[in-house]
Amino acid sequence: MEETLTLVVATLAATLRVATPLVLCAMGGLFSEKSGIIDVGLEGKMLMAAFFAAATASLTGSAWAGVGAAILAAEVLALLHGFACITHRGNQVVSGIAINILAMGLTVVLGAAWFGRGGQTPPLAATERLNPIFFPIAGDNVLVYVGLLSVPFAWWVIERTRFGLRLRAVGEVPLAVDAAGISVSWLRYRAVLICGLFAGLAGAYLSIAQNAGFSRDMTAGQGFIALAAIIFGRWRPVPAFGACLAFGLLDAIAIRLQGVTLPGIGEVPVQLIQALPYLLTLFLLAGFIGRTVAPKAAGVPYEKEH
Amino acid sequence: MSTARRPLPGWVEIGLMPLANIALAFLVVGLIVEVIGVDPFHALKLLVLGAVGSSESIGYTLYYATNFIFTGLAVAVAFHAGLFNIGGEGQAYIGGLGCGLAVLTLDRYLPGLLMIPLAILASAAFGAAWAAIPAWMQAWRGSHIVITTIMFNFVASALMVYLMVNVLIAPGSMTPQSRGFAASATVPSMQAALQWIGIAVAPSALNLSLLLALLACVGVWIFLWHTPWGYGLRTMGQNPEAALYAGTNLKRTTMLAMCLSGALAGGVAVNELLGVHHRLVLDFAAGYGFTGIAVALMGRGHPLGIVLAALLFGALQQGGAELNFEIPTITREMVVVIQGLVILFSGALVHLPRPWLQALFARKG
Repeated sequence: MEETLTLVVATLAATLRVATPLVLCAMGGLFSEKSGIIDVGLEGKMLMAAFFAAATASLTGSAWAGVGAAILAAEVLALLHGFACITHRGNQVVSGIAINILAMGLTVVLGAAWFGRGGQTPPLAATERLNPIFFPIAGDNVLVYVGLLSVPFAWWVIERTRFGLRLRAVGEVPLAVDAAGISVSWLRYRAVLICGLFAGLAGAYLSIAQNAGFSRDMTAGQGFIALAAIIFGRWRPVPAFGACLAFGLLDAIAIRLQGVTLPGIGEVPVQLIQALPYLLTLFLLAGFIGRTVAPKAAGVPYEKEH
Repeated sequence: MSTARRPLPGWVEIGLMPLANIALAFLVVGLIVEVIGVDPFHALKLLVLGAVGSSESIGYTLYYATNFIFTGLAVAVAFHAGLFNIGGEGQAYIGGLGCGLAVLTLDRYLPGLLMIPLAILASAAFGAAWAAIPAWMQAWRGSHIVITTIMFNFVASALMVYLMVNVLIAPGSMTPQSRGFAASATVPSMQAALQWIGIAVAPSALNLSLLLALLACVGVWIFLWHTPWGYGLRTMGQNPEAALYAGTNLKRTTMLAMCLSGALAGGVAVNELLGVHHRLVLDFAAGYGFTGIAVALMGRGHPLGIVLAALLFGALQQGGAELNFEIPTITREMVVVIQGLVILFSGALVHLPRPWLQALFARKG
């Protein structure tokens, strides 16, 4: 009995550990998507942030400097996305992909040039990382709590504030927001910057909290899983949080199930469980599990009439 | 910024704008190289030498370009229909599955003359099938093709790892790869082909798939600009409502565009598996699908432009490897950075240099 309990608690703790970067990323992405700016570049922002967090923590010896650098790096990419999509009304998907590829290359190029370890940063000492606060085994560092708090924060801002109302409006009918005398561009820039902040925290979590350093492509598609969680949560914070936890649980189970034979089913291929978030999202998108409704103006650049 | 996009002379629009986009991208690349502490001009010299300095390096440049032509065409065909196919990566990968299954089942029974065309068809068919699912989801279920093709890339990767590790692995092999293809089921290398007509070149990975890629370029050009289906496809991309009124079946055209796109992506499998590896391996398509986006954007969606862009990226890929050999501080991923920047400046920021060019060349009136 006690063994089962330990297993359940350990799995839940693992779920939270895995889900934290997804939650942070999804909450950030929500702000962007709600304002009508599709963000395929979450993955790239998170990767770049993870690199700069580890590089800075390693060079300065301070985890908090790492967090700051992560946010800065993600915000630079967020501004680039905004510059391309809002100011120049470029294709949002193209811009997001460019950011992903840029981050994939630049983190390795800079890492190899600065540290000479084939794109990795030097391993971080305990003092250079964000460490667990209450339960050493659970890995409950400060960013886990930030992740948990980001959900009510996103809900409150989007659903209960004037800014949130305008944000939702600009993602649905930007013309109405413009007609009310509110700047569409400035609203969307703010949304993109909030997204950068959260993606930066998610990146920092990966390289200086969950792991002890940066390794190439360490995001491994988590930015896209966060995107899937947003879709699964139908562009609402609390359901999106639920989706992140579910995907995190899948991941935690996948690690436990490696090489285990289940009675009646046989050995479950790990690859199937890894692909499950994507498969489930595809089923959802195909309309087999209810309907999804994206913000109407998502992906459409706003052209102001003169 | 000015919303009025005044017309530029044709040669500026087609010739100078793309060059200005690329120039901006390479300006940033130069800055990054400078930051790393290497003289950008010295690096450029090594890169060019590495890409076209010998007949071997030219061979490798053309071999990489072959892949980029396939994926560039794949992205472009979908783009002309107004569809953004990011799934070239997964479609090429699954195309490889089709190619591998065909060869592994039949190479003992069929002569090369039958086997190779069949394997090429299987690559195209599997690539098309993998693209058909998101196309169907877009056409009938209204789900966004960008999101679905991204997801399908991950699903393809998981599926291939599972199949390679558990099913298709050669008996007794430690690494996940299939048994080798029979010699008759391989596309001849360019070196062997040229030797046959009396021209000696250094051996490289270049094989006759390049000709298939060039043939695909001509085919795509004829299809898009000289057939009613191509006309309907491009009309849908420009203005779906107009296409609908003109009698185009939008759902069927979506399927057509995506299947063609997936089939073209499958060409990567021909070049890689039939031409080079001669067996089914993991991750042979890695990165080529995404580079295809850069190639298509830079080539402005035209087969001729795509060939030129593919040559440039082939040269970068090959030259980048040589550059890394000479200056270890510049890793091969520099090429990935360049790809990202080209997608940024030729795609999302494509209109950035327009005001400057307008100031110089805009027609009066």
